[in-house]
Amino acid sequence: MSEKNFEIKINEKACKRCGICIAFCPKKVFSSENDKPVVVNPDACTKCKLCEIRCPDFAIVVGGDDDDDK
Amino acid sequence: MRKSLEKYYRIDKLPHIWCPGCGHGIITGAVVRAIDNLKLDKDKICIVSGIGCSSRAPGYLNFNTLHTTHGRALAFATGIKLARPDLKVIVLTGDGDCTAIGGNHFIHACRRNIDITTVVFNNSIYGMTSGQYSPMTPLGAYATTAPYGNIDRNFDLCKLAQASGATYVARGTVYHVPQLIKIIEKALQHKGFSVVETLSICPTYFGRKNKLGSPVKMMEMLRDNSITVKAAEKMPREEMVNKIVIGEFFEENAPEYTEEYMKIIQRAQGEE
Ligand SMILES: Cc1ncc(C[n+]2csc(CCOP(=O)(O)OP(=O)(O)O)c2C)c(N)n1
Ligand code: SF4
Ligand code: SF4
Ligand code: SF4
Ligand SMILES: [Mg+2]
Repeated sequence: MSEKNFEIKINEKACKRCGICIAFCPKKVFSSENDKPVVVNPDACTKCKLCEIRCPDFAIVVGGDDDDDK
Repeated sequence: MRKSLEKYYRIDKLPHIWCPGCGHGIITGAVVRAIDNLKLDKDKICIVSGIGCSSRAPGYLNFNTLHTTHGRALAFATGIKLARPDLKVIVLTGDGDCTAIGGNHFIHACRRNIDITTVVFNNSIYGMTSGQYSPMTPLGAYATTAPYGNIDRNFDLCKLAQASGATYVARGTVYHVPQLIKIIEKALQHKGFSVVETLSICPTYFGRKNKLGSPVKMMEMLRDNSITVKAAEKMPREEMVNKIVIGEFFEENAPEYTEEYMKIIQRAQGEE
């Protein structure tokens, strides 16, 4: 997906580097940089939001802050 | 955090104290999303907990909340519901809180069918007090208090709830979050006592004691060992060992306690 304001935001302060988002993204959008998740493959993202709902620390928002579709 | 969900949290209390990869944050997020999906009035909700890592959840949630004593969340919640039947009362509790010290409150709340939704954060251990076994610790698992493996058999919480009289009973996991959110929505909409057992992960104690590896490995175990209620029906008994059955087990309409209680008050006052 490459809509204009599409974004996968990770709040670095909130992230505890558990690796769950990296491991279970069906499209391998994240990669690990010393356990820190980084978005490396945003175009592959399907906006399934599994990473967002599985993050134990509420650190991920898929679709940019204002995106409100569920 | 998603902006539209911020109103449900006490943002100033975050980050939460839970360890990296602790499943309790995932369940808390699922409860919030279920409430948001149903567009419930957040000022008409009261969230009650006991004591434990799991029971810390309401402290982060911007609703009417009550953090009570160990095992007693349901006793407090019963009082709240009877005093204010207009409130949606939600209990967030741990496997220890709910089934050990709070076990009796639990079966009787089920029996009464009082309109409360109980979400059990089941990480199979006492997380907060550093890893003692609970009545939900599987047979053979290790814990601080079971250095040679647990010889006690664990409850099947959903069977216990159903046999005790709960009228909505389901199980989810922190891996299967979309399904979990749906189940919590159903539980919140159900009139009567609803129970959602949620398999959580405690990498720090249960994981470490049982050499299960990282939070990711523990999530993989939930993924690989879970089967749906439907699939379980067709599966031979031998293959069911160590399987986690997820989905809805039971749903029925039955007289609800606060309504029955109001009727008694009316009768006693001669208003029949
Ligand atoms: C009356 C009383 N007994 C014992 C304790 C100690 N205690 C605190 S939390 C806890 C167990 C919590 O386990 P669980 O409910 O499974 O929550 P978790 O930390 O695993 O999420 C115990 C035994 C207490 N606080 N109060
Ligand atoms: S799931 Fe959340 S806390 Fe875990 S690594 Fe990803 S962003 Fe960080
Ligand atoms: S929304 Fe889905 S596809 Fe996109 S990054 Fe998250 S898990 Fe991966
Ligand atoms: S001790 Fe276990 S249950 Fe408690 S916060 Fe840590 S991982 Fe979670
Ligand atoms: Mg526990």
